[in-house]
Amino acid sequence: MGRIRALFNSKQNGILNIYFTAGYPGLNDTETIIRTLTKAGVDVIEVGMPYSDPMADGPTIQQSSSRAIKQGMTVDLLFRQVTKARQHSDVPLLLMGYLNQMMQYGMEQFVNKSVSAGIDGLIIPDLPLDIYEKEYLDLIRQSGLDMVFLITPQTVEERIRYIDSLSTGFIYMVSDASITGAKSGISLKQIEYFKRIEAMELKNPRLIGFGISNAETFDKACQYANGAIIGSAFIKALEKSDTDLEGSIFEFIHSIRKPATV
Amino acid sequence: MRFTADDRGFYGDFGGAFIPEMLYANVEELRSRYLEIIEDQDFQNEFRGLLKDYVGRPSPLYLAKRLSQKYQTSIYLKREDLNHTGAHKINNTIGQILLAQRLGKSRIIAETGAGQHGVATATVCALMGIQCIVYMGEVDIARQAPNVSRMQMLGAEVRPALSGSRTLKDATNEAIRDWINNPVDTHYIIGSVVGPHPYPDMVARFQSVISEEIRWQLKEQTGSEDPDLIIACVGGGSNAAGAYYHYLDNDNIRLIAVEAAGLGVDSGESAATSVLGSKGIIHGSRTLLMQTPDGQIIEPYSLSAGLDYPGIGPMHAHLIDSGRAEAVSITDDEALEAAFECAKLEGIIPALESAHAFAALEKIEYGSDDIIVLNLSGRGDKDLETYIKHLTGDGKD
Repeated sequence: MGRIRALFNSKQNGILNIYFTAGYPGLNDTETIIRTLTKAGVDVIEVGMPYSDPMADGPTIQQSSSRAIKQGMTVDLLFRQVTKARQHSDVPLLLMGYLNQMMQYGMEQFVNKSVSAGIDGLIIPDLPLDIYEKEYLDLIRQSGLDMVFLITPQTVEERIRYIDSLSTGFIYMVSDASITGAKSGISLKQIEYFKRIEAMELKNPRLIGFGISNAETFDKACQYANGAIIGSAFIKALEKSDTDLEGSIFEFIHSIRKPATV
Repeated sequence: MRFTADDRGFYGDFGGAFIPEMLYANVEELRSRYLEIIEDQDFQNEFRGLLKDYVGRPSPLYLAKRLSQKYQTSIYLKREDLNHTGAHKINNTIGQILLAQRLGKSRIIAETGAGQHGVATATVCALMGIQCIVYMGEVDIARQAPNVSRMQMLGAEVRPALSGSRTLKDATNEAIRDWINNPVDTHYIIGSVVGPHPYPDMVARFQSVISEEIRWQLKEQTGSEDPDLIIACVGGGSNAAGAYYHYLDNDNIRLIAVEAAGLGVDSGESAATSVLGSKGIIHGSRTLLMQTPDGQIIEPYSLSAGLDYPGIGPMHAHLIDSGRAEAVSITDDEALEAAFECAKLEGIIPALESAHAFAALEKIEYGSDDIIVLNLSGRGDKDLETYIKHLTGDGKD
């Protein structure tokens, strides 16, 4: 059984998934960040592959990506960093990147390298569902990697069912019509949407992302899904951490979830 | 072979809609309705009426006698430079604003590089009384100040794109983000035959008025509606798509796509996508684009801001990849020289973009009895500062 499935089998509530951009703040911080997030008790780690034109991401993630690329971040280096980090962590690890990066690397080679580096799943926001089904589904299924797709408040029911049928691991619920890091707080309208999806009884677990930035929004999201994803807020915390990266990570995670639950 | 989009927006291997789910509903609304709307008779009447009375179409097809004499052939200029706002860009923005109204949208966003598409969008928004926000790279805002003022005078808000290289590519990213954040009331007017399906097809259809007119104008003047060659510059490729459109399936007509080589194809400062690019995804479309081996998109360079785009539209990627169109690369200096030649021989100051198409006359082979149509996509007023620098020998070295 894959790590992601095992996690959701043993824990259905309060899943904390943290996103960070590989190669940021320092080029070689990836290993430290994964190791520290693991120690701090995070349930899932999403490693962002820095991209020059991240269409679905907000300014915080784009800025961290630009800096990582400038510092020399590459896909090969990322695989080496993750391979090392895997020795200190058994937490489910996902790679989040854009399809062009995989196309240039070669999708088959990318998948093989992901598996051997200890990656558990992929999130490729600009991969169209029909292209996935036609060109990559067999490859992904054979590799054992989970494939996580996004839904938004605008996604209609029929399409949500289709996405649920193609997804493994979990479904990434975009909390609002927004890019990452755009808003704060959760509105009544969003809660209606969370409830609507909850009532659909999808086969996949659900994690809510975008606009989750602190304990309050995390707890709220957890009431309506299996957990939530924090990205931009975590990267902002790293921004301020030039001297003590590990300390900043512990401090941030503990501000979301009390250390007692670790 | 088929050169227009299939029903999924593919041109051979190129095109499609590679977009995140956050954009799916917006793009799907457009995809499912654009054909029905633009094929509707009411729409066509209004579109044609505005092109005639507001834009000033048909634009003349003019036999450039002194230029023809110099190059020992027959060169006809399609005068898109005479359109309202000074370029072909307005054909598309008129079409899209009418479409946006029929979709019930109350807010328009657009991206712009040099400001030409931004001005054309601000113009139609003023015409229709619709709110307009134009994203423009901070760097471009500084170097294209007159166009920024024009957009503001037309009532548009110009928002600086502060991310990445702060040029056209980033203005496009910002506009896409705005659309993600405003999925219900906003229509995004893309300025070229780029972006996710249905944009490349939709914009090409609006621009196809160019080749539609060339057909009957050429027939009137020469007795045949078919030229031997059509020359057009390609950044994203909307003026070229419009000039080629009704001739795509006629293999006897050579299509020449002129790209900007910048300081030279091998100089590292270039925008010659068909030579330097490889297959990848940019702004939601699978096409040819300039990128690193790791798939990071490279910032292109051309003195001409309208050709300064790291990709080309998927239709052009397919035309060039399949051999239907021939790509030619023209440097900054060659384009400047051609602009001055056109000014002196024909009394027309072309846009720097269009000057690249003129420069191709030196690079390609043709016969003395050939008929060449060159799409003069825009006028050179906006480039005067660049031209003056060249005149005084103070140009970019």
